[in-house]
Amino acid sequence: MASLKDVQNQIVGVKKTKQITKAMNMVASAKLRNAQTRIERFRPYADKFYEMLGDLATGADESVHPLLEVRDEVKTVGIMVTTSDRGLCGAFNVNIITKAMKLAQAKAKEGKAVKVYCIGKKARDAFRKTEFEIVREEANAMSNFDFTLAASVGNELIAGYISGELDEVHVVFGEFLSIAKQVPVDLAVLPMGATEGDETVSGGSGDYVYEPSVEGLLAELLPRFIKVQVYRALLDTSCSEHAARMAAMDNATRACDDLTKSLTLLYNKTRQAAITADLMDIVGGAEALKG
Amino acid sequence: MANTLKIEIVTPDRKVLSEEVDYVGAPGILGEFGILPSHVPFLSALGIGNLYYKQNGKAYYVFVAGGFAEVNNNKVTILAEVAEKASEIDTARAQKAIERAEERVAKAKEKIDAARNQAALRRAITRISCQTSGKSAGTC
Repeated sequence: MASLKDVQNQIVGVKKTKQITKAMNMVASAKLRNAQTRIERFRPYADKFYEMLGDLATGADESVHPLLEVRDEVKTVGIMVTTSDRGLCGAFNVNIITKAMKLAQAKAKEGKAVKVYCIGKKARDAFRKTEFEIVREEANAMSNFDFTLAASVGNELIAGYISGELDEVHVVFGEFLSIAKQVPVDLAVLPMGATEGDETVSGGSGDYVYEPSVEGLLAELLPRFIKVQVYRALLDTSCSEHAARMAAMDNATRACDDLTKSLTLLYNKTRQAAITADLMDIVGGAEALKG
Repeated sequence: MANTLKIEIVTPDRKVLSEEVDYVGAPGILGEFGILPSHVPFLSALGIGNLYYKQNGKAYYVFVAGGFAEVNNNKVTILAEVAEKASEIDTARAQKAIERAEERVAKAKEKIDAARNQAALRRAITRISCQTSGKSAGTC
């Protein structure tokens, strides 16, 4: 049986851990609130954007813009993976990375080259261990990012696609469904024909005056649309990260409580056993003297 | 016939403003255009420039860089990647950006992206002029 001192040390240790996990839970919930407001602020922009694109794209076909062109032969696939920079958020990062890995491996099996864009330290660390080519890595971006990051990554993806270095682009990120539920999602961003189908449903009012032409406007809108999608992926991932961390830390705090309880029980038992043993000694000694 | 317009400026990070105004002048990619109430539905790409609107006889200025303007039903929606009200512009930062851009041109040995540099310079200059106009109109 463990000594009294050992058990006491363990209890102290668990209690300290609990303080940390509890603090992390609170920090995560504060950050989650921030991240959620950012999503909410972004939503009007994104909604309006889809609406405009829907209006314009109704009449457009593949020939209008290089980003709409679907290539017959896909040689290179670009995969952008967004994860958090830090761990301690349960299976959140692992889920995203597994999803991205599977996609990359499937594409590699079909004989396509895979290029990876890693946003977030965890994605980078995971993909560094593989043979896939990492084109871009942003290790400490997730804690503090704005639209500029999305724009710069988006530009790189667009440039790659137009120059023919990439024939297909996927974005893998953690979609934020609710505080309790986040799922890894694989979104095919380019070519755009694939994603656009559902945006056009809103239908256009059609009688707009366009300046410059519809084509000219599309040429401006489409690249931005990519950036909007990238930004959304970043925002969602950061929101999901904090939610996942909150849940993980909540579980840890509860586990600490359970552990303290069972350790205290053990402590008391050990203490009582020690007292009993002492008493037996004294009684035994007294009996021996009497005799 | 309505005699005011609603203007809304949104960027990816926030809603910059939402107001009832009398007139909107915006920097279209093909040149500036003005919008009065009861304008036909209109959609245009925006360049880098100063947008201004009139409200109760006063002109207010907003810096915008890249984006779109949609006019429909007496409502002007501006979707911009960057938009700052004249009063929010950090002129010191813009001044520094100008210096940086000029420095890059001067040190032409250094490999620079001329188009990008030009755009940065234009953004900075426009920001400053935006605040100047806002100040002279007494709304900033």
